[in-house]
Amino acid sequence: MADSEREPTVIADNAHVVYRIYGSAAAGSQTPLASFKRIITGKKSAAVREVHAVKGVSFVAYKGEAIGLIGTNGSGKSTLLRAIAGLLPVERGGGIFAAGQPSLLGVNAALMNDLSGERNVELGCLAMGMTPAEVKQQTADIIEFSGINERGDFSSLPMKTYSSGMSARLRFSIAAAKKHDVLLIDEALATGDAKFRKRSEQRVRDLRQEAGTVFLVSHSEQSIRDTCERTIWLESGVIRADGATDDVMKEYETYVNK
Amino acid sequence: MAQTAVADSDTGPSLTELARRHGLTKAGRLPSLPEYTRHLWSYRHFIAAFANAKVSASLGSTKLGVVWQLLTPLINAGVYYVIFGVLINTKQNVDNFIAYLCAGVFVFGFTQTVVQAGSQSITANMALIRALHFPRASLPIAVTLVEVRNMIASMIVLIAIVLLTGEPINAQWLLLIPALLLQSFFNAGLALFVSRLISKVTDIRQLIPYILRIWMYGSAVLYPVTFFSQRLHGWELALVESNPMLIFIELVRHALMENVELAQPAPLLWLQAVVWTVLVTVGGYVYFWRGEKGYGRG
Ligand SMILES: Nc1ncnc2c1ncn2[C@@H]1O[C@H](COP(=O)(O)OP(=O)(O)OP(=O)(O)O)[C@@H](O)[C@H]1O
Ligand SMILES: [Mg+2]
Repeated sequence: MADSEREPTVIADNAHVVYRIYGSAAAGSQTPLASFKRIITGKKSAAVREVHAVKGVSFVAYKGEAIGLIGTNGSGKSTLLRAIAGLLPVERGGGIFAAGQPSLLGVNAALMNDLSGERNVELGCLAMGMTPAEVKQQTADIIEFSGINERGDFSSLPMKTYSSGMSARLRFSIAAAKKHDVLLIDEALATGDAKFRKRSEQRVRDLRQEAGTVFLVSHSEQSIRDTCERTIWLESGVIRADGATDDVMKEYETYVNK
Repeated sequence: MAQTAVADSDTGPSLTELARRHGLTKAGRLPSLPEYTRHLWSYRHFIAAFANAKVSASLGSTKLGVVWQLLTPLINAGVYYVIFGVLINTKQNVDNFIAYLCAGVFVFGFTQTVVQAGSQSITANMALIRALHFPRASLPIAVTLVEVRNMIASMIVLIAIVLLTGEPINAQWLLLIPALLLQSFFNAGLALFVSRLISKVTDIRQLIPYILRIWMYGSAVLYPVTFFSQRLHGWELALVESNPMLIFIELVRHALMENVELAQPAPLLWLQAVVWTVLVTVGGYVYFWRGEKGYGRG
């Protein structure tokens, strides 16, 4: 094995992730009295349902790698990234280990829609652990990189006035402002236009050069081929293939076109 | 099938071993309490920015904006005065019932809004929790900070009412500061406690309005505290009078008003306030910290 010289940054060892959904209860079981009864008897809500989204995934990712993550809708890609980031708990019996704190950049990475882009940059940077001085210093660069001001002063308008591509650009720019040991990107580049996609793919390559590891979830074959030399194919929460992008892509394509 | 890395569950232990050898940390590992506290402290700017963001997001959609922070407590006091001071006359022998009532309503309102907002602080921010990595205690604490701001506005209104109803200013007013400081910490503990409790047992949210209403009736907000000593005796009275909200309300009334009848001597009230604050703040914080890694599960 090659791990004697290569340094692993993310290791998943038989990781399971289960969502538990409460409150899809039938009418009548939501009254205070019924709730009270449930609390007294110590029973969980009648309508707890479980979704087993990731089922025993194991892999090792190394420093300097960019790994593509593919799979059909609902196959568990976003869930796996959330678990790597430590945002979703992994079930007992397995585990995910990472160097430093992985950062997730997702389509759903909701910033606050009522606030201006500038305020969101501030909030997002602080939430990534930057100091106020660093934030002040970087704000202009982040907004510049995102290019949301290309059509007038949008950075001072609330984010709910942005197009979906614009908010995706801003989110990506915020996350890319910081050096990450492990960066997890979940379709964040998908809504950007060609120009921004090129710029952000360049940024992903730079981030990798800075000795990090990048995971990229995308439904665009091209962006996976352009950025990743290794690809993991996830299907129904199970790894179907893990290897060189070309090989895995070929297998995936025959599966999808079947 | 192409394989570069091990994807076999047989090799499980060796993968964990490999992770340990390279000093990788387990995702979702619970940090120790001091570690967590340091981490939280390093996020103080985020907490402040988040609290500010919440205020501007909620006031941003109104025309009067910040004026509402003063208007809300005024309207509140007006409604209660008309109902309990004029229609149902509960004032008994209290000299300055308007000030007495407003002190109760505002002090209780502070805790009430913290509990209500705190109960939502995890569930309503699930997207943020699933997207970003920050100590989750930031959320209930930010909620408490927002309410501290509103409380300061309502205290300004209260002081105006107290002055207009003829209470003299004296050095005792300074006691207002430690009393509200203690209550703020008490509330933060409470917010931490309910936010975890409700993220785990969602059903309790349905009960919160009732619990708060019962608590209010037990805190001598709308009628004089002597109401209890006239009706209850022995352990029942002791139980009612050890209610932390009753104690905080009494302390504020004691600080601002001249002739108020207290349920217990002031030093005893202070002692109990401190004990309650330490208990609830530390208890709530530890309870919340223990759940830190499960909040994203939703
Ligand atoms: N918040 C949630 N609560 C419950 N179940 C969820 C939740 N999010 C995802 N799931 C379930 O987990 C499974 C995997 O979802 P996930 O979002 O990880 O898929 P994905 O591979 O990212 O799909 P896509 O390509 O559409 O983004 C699905 O069955 C989905 O229904
Ligand atoms: Mg997804």
